Amino acid sequence: MFSDGNWAAILLTVKLASIVTLLLLIISTPIAWWLAHTRSRLKSFFEALVALPIVLPPSVLGFYLLLLMGPQGFVGQITQALGIGTLPFTFAGLVVASVFYSLPFVVQPIQLAFENIGENYLEAAATLRASPLDRFFSVAMPLALPGFLTGSVLGFAHTVGEFGVVLMVGGNIPGVSRVVSVQIYDYVEALEYGQAHSLAITMLLFSFVTLLLLYTFNPNRRTR
Amino acid sequence: MSVCADIHARFKLNYAGFALDVDLNLPSQGVTALFGPSGSGKSTLLRCIAGLERAAGSLTVKGEVWQDEKHFLPTHQRPIGYVFQEANLFPHLSVQANLNYGFKRQPHRHDGFSLDEIVDLLGIAHLLDRKPERLSGGEKQRVAIARALAVNPRLLLMDEPLAALDLARKREILPFLEKLHEALEMPVIYVTHAPNEVARLADHLVVLNQGQLQSAGPLNETFSHVELPQQASDAGSAIIEAQITELQPQWHLALASFEGGELWIRDLSFNVGQKVRFQVMARDVSLALTADHSSSIANVLPAVVDQISDGDHPGIAMVRLKIGRNYILSRLTQRSLHSLGLNVGDSVWAQIKSAAIVE
Repeated sequence: MFSDGNWAAILLTVKLASIVTLLLLIISTPIAWWLAHTRSRLKSFFEALVALPIVLPPSVLGFYLLLLMGPQGFVGQITQALGIGTLPFTFAGLVVASVFYSLPFVVQPIQLAFENIGENYLEAAATLRASPLDRFFSVAMPLALPGFLTGSVLGFAHTVGEFGVVLMVGGNIPGVSRVVSVQIYDYVEALEYGQAHSLAITMLLFSFVTLLLLYTFNPNRRTR
Repeated sequence: MSVCADIHARFKLNYAGFALDVDLNLPSQGVTALFGPSGSGKSTLLRCIAGLERAAGSLTVKGEVWQDEKHFLPTHQRPIGYVFQEANLFPHLSVQANLNYGFKRQPHRHDGFSLDEIVDLLGIAHLLDRKPERLSGGEKQRVAIARALAVNPRLLLMDEPLAALDLARKREILPFLEKLHEALEMPVIYVTHAPNEVARLADHLVVLNQGQLQSAGPLNETFSHVELPQQASDAGSAIIEAQITELQPQWHLALASFEGGELWIRDLSFNVGQKVRFQVMARDVSLALTADHSSSIANVLPAVVDQISDGDHPGIAMVRLKIGRNYILSRLTQRSLHSLGLNVGDSVWAQIKSAAIVE
């Protein structure tokens, strides 16, 4: 059904989305916890910052990331000083860009889940000798599990679906940055509609089934 | 306060529209009720003692400083058990796992109750495998009490544990609380706005009003203060702790003796020597200047007028009487008060129509 090129694109996409989702879970958890519990006036500022990728054209996000990670950029200078070189047009660069791009889709469900737990269970745990870290892992995490699941699925699916940021930051290099969405674009450019179709329908089905599973089994929707 | 003042709490807290400012000593034995209307600061005071609320001030418990200007012991390091108004059982854990949660985190695992003893005490053995969502309100609260005991606390704090329950569930739990009262050696601080819970459970009473300490002391003395809002009403009453000293099986009566007097009460299969707590309604106490043994009232006790105040109706007066070391209240009309010519310090005879065991 798929050519070798198509398989490579699919594997690359899955690899990218998996790594990004994993990183996002690690990064988003403390951010979501802070946003859910802070009384700081900076909360709105950081909420807006995290949500930016939802409304920003991917090309804008990609453009600034490109500048930032490029040879003259702040991040680029650091990576060069560390001897890693520059990140644009590498898989690592693509991962970094995707993390920013999909951040709100992971942070927001986890933040919501943390907020829904409220203080009561955490206070009860404190009176039962659980330290703050202990409370987080023994009470907050298990109770927020639905939020973590939703965040993982959305983060993964959203990363699979990105296009603009990939083109800006990653270019179109086979095995490095040629993910499925870029591959489809290539086929259409070359008027190979048949090939484009087989990948496009796969993406369509994947996205729909993912969302269907999410809405069917999301424990958040169950009444407590 | 009279009994060993081993818990000293001084807190100052300002919220919008509410201020708590208390300085009080609590005994380190028995049940102390924090009593007052809603908004009086009693729950906030309890949360300050638990470290769940951070107020300026200090807290010393049995010689250990839990809070002062420099130190603040976080909640999880305080040897307390806490029962919330809502049970707050962890929904992702079974009843057994909820109990284990605190049990395995207690610092000294050998002393104190075993989990089995606690489960027996609260009668929850048949619930252990269930998830909290499958428990009734009363069952949840019993599990919550068991969970608080399972951490082997040295101070048990209870924040209106019955308030969220209906009357039937309250009746279901009160006997367990009374059992706890007898079985526990640790001090208990019990927040409530229900006079009958105070009457049944408390040994000491702290009355709060608008964030301020109104009165504090042993139950009989403090509960019979005529300033307490419910005392001016028809439900005004006094609580007396006594011991059964004699039985009259042919009349089904028992003699309850206390410091300063004795009363015949209906015999509810008492044993001689048994400790009882009974309630004398103010409306069941009438006053006379001479001992009148010709009436049907069997219980006539010498008393001294301690306080006189107005009732909840312009025609009603409340009189607090001292009998030995105990106090009772009498509710009579202003006209009777006037015609008897009563003043504070006068000796009178209190005719007590009936006294009932608290339930």
